[in-house]
Amino acid sequence: MILEPSQQERMEQVHLETDVLVIGGGGAGMYAAIAAADEGCNVILADRSLVGRGGATVMAQMTVAVAVGEQEPDHWQHHLEDTLAAGRGICDARLARLLCEDGPIRIREMDDWGVGWAREDGHIKQVHAPGHDRPRCVYVDFLNTGPAVSKTLRTKLSPLEQVRRIGELCIIDIVIEDGAAVGVVALHLPSNRIVTIAAGAVIIATGGLTRLYQRNSASANMAGDGYALALRAGAELLDMEFVQFFPIGHLAPRMIGMDPIMWDPFRYKLGGRLLNGAMEEFTEKYGQAETDGYVITRDLATYAITKEVEAGRGSPAGGAYLSFTHIPEADLRAAFGPVIDRLAENGIDLTKTPIEVAPIAHYHMGGVRVDDAMATRVQGLYAAGEVVGGANGANRLSGNAITEALVFGERAGRRAAAWALAGGGAAWSNSAAAGTIDLIRSAIPAGDSLNVAAAIVDLQHIMGELVGPFRDEAGLTEALSKIDRSRHRLGDRPFAAGGPFDVTELDWFDLRNMYLVAECVTRAALLRTESRGAHQREDHPEMQSGWQVNQIITLGDGGLNFASAPVMQEAA
Amino acid sequence: MDSSHTATLVIQRGAPGEQSREERHDVPFEPGQSVLDGLRWIRTHTDPSLAFRFACISANACKECMMQVDGKTAYACTARLVESDMTIAPLPNKALIRDLVTEIAPPGERLATVLGQGGLGEGDGK
Repeated sequence: MILEPSQQERMEQVHLETDVLVIGGGGAGMYAAIAAADEGCNVILADRSLVGRGGATVMAQMTVAVAVGEQEPDHWQHHLEDTLAAGRGICDARLARLLCEDGPIRIREMDDWGVGWAREDGHIKQVHAPGHDRPRCVYVDFLNTGPAVSKTLRTKLSPLEQVRRIGELCIIDIVIEDGAAVGVVALHLPSNRIVTIAAGAVIIATGGLTRLYQRNSASANMAGDGYALALRAGAELLDMEFVQFFPIGHLAPRMIGMDPIMWDPFRYKLGGRLLNGAMEEFTEKYGQAETDGYVITRDLATYAITKEVEAGRGSPAGGAYLSFTHIPEADLRAAFGPVIDRLAENGIDLTKTPIEVAPIAHYHMGGVRVDDAMATRVQGLYAAGEVVGGANGANRLSGNAITEALVFGERAGRRAAAWALAGGGAAWSNSAAAGTIDLIRSAIPAGDSLNVAAAIVDLQHIMGELVGPFRDEAGLTEALSKIDRSRHRLGDRPFAAGGPFDVTELDWFDLRNMYLVAECVTRAALLRTESRGAHQREDHPEMQSGWQVNQIITLGDGGLNFASAPVMQEAA
Repeated sequence: MDSSHTATLVIQRGAPGEQSREERHDVPFEPGQSVLDGLRWIRTHTDPSLAFRFACISANACKECMMQVDGKTAYACTARLVESDMTIAPLPNKALIRDLVTEIAPPGERLATVLGQGGLGEGDGK
């Protein structure tokens, strides 16, 4: 047993080897591990939390967009047209096409694996979500899409002997030798051991960055680790300024044991009404009425709610009302099922009172730049899932997140496996890993100068207040200087208390990544002097044709470098 | 702190091989809050070294925040904070890792199991 009394001396270092290492055990990572194993590779699937429990997939209560054509005739090209339109001209069309074209294959594969897509009259049921031209979104009742997807993949993984799963392993850095990814240095939280893993190929599947924001809908794991790992490894990021805010995150009354984004499917199904503080419908003032059901896109809804609040017409807690009071109780019960009882436990009776909702950080469109093999510019380094940038451009279409997790996971798993089986890049190098190991070993006691948990909350406030859905030069500049000051306080040497499950040390390494990624988002937002999709500049309110480009970020000796690149318009 | 709006968490802390200790932490009470809210408040305001596990932040999706609340097994994210003393302890039937963190990972997902299978430094090779 490796659990020993807490001790100041760190336990002996551990070294493992594998063909393919997958970082992140959410939907994309689990699918990548399954695919790489299917190609004949040995795989290590590492998660900083428990495998298949943390991350965003398990929290997705919503729907999955896919042109399976069960509800109405459909074709992946229609799905692609909608995805590109939502992306406001800056989607990487290769990635968007891959998402839409392979989506039906993955969704039917999941069906074969027993995920249990909701059915009606003998076919998979598909609902009409905003931004889609027809009913396209499959789901698992009730509010169970993500947990069902996660459980199905866990069950599929569990008997695979080629896949070794390691939970609570936090990857600190990717190791690069001769320009190729050759493995990682990691910290195993329960034992406080440094673990090195030599790998023929490495897949980053760590999800997005919503934890950078004070109000967010995702898990504590989504702090942008993957972007920081990719940058330090020499890979490129793109379009980091595009953070999607989910318009109707739960705001009040206080609710526990429920996902804050749970209201959306019920709004589709039942037509929940969005009202301002005076109980008036308001979205038509911002360009689109909701006379024909819930059809406005997320960026417009976020804008409309924020502007109503700014104009003093918000709900008491600072958002908008979402009302189901016009829906008969029997219909509510039919749609919500047992969720009605969970709401009652929280003192919420939808037949009597509306709840309050407000925009909440939900998803990140930008991310690691890859080609259609999910390969970064660093040999042997791949990415999959939300951490990938480009497929969704400036705004993600509702329902595309789980689809991309599964599709990109499968693709990355197979291509990484092929690379590893062909011999990979360079061999593992202890000296290439030494810098990171020395950093971990240089830890000092935390002392009283900085509370790292509070520093995370401070950063979340900076980002929420100054780098939210609506930005301007003054706010972004202020955010940059605050981030810079906070980063200096963190210093260059990790804090550690010593012993197992050292949360202070974990927070320090999280902050190291979070400040870097927050700087990426903020500086990219400052540079993009236009408004497009989820990036809205109050001081540059128009979309500019000259800005129909991707912003590329790399990390050099002098810090971050920014450049623009033409959008990949060809889907072929 | 206004004592009429305070919850007091009496938390069992320590790591294996140490004498476990009880610590009292007052946290501001607001109706509707969870025990997890209280534990997170302690980390950001008084003691960032307090170890507990959570991922999904009160959605009850990750199931990682299992612990003992007033002697009963509960998820910290769904257990309601109350305006009085509450005892918080690690799960008694799982190996203690630190403070409120116990070994709840399935055996097949532990580093120890992987090491048992593969042995130190004897990975699969290529």
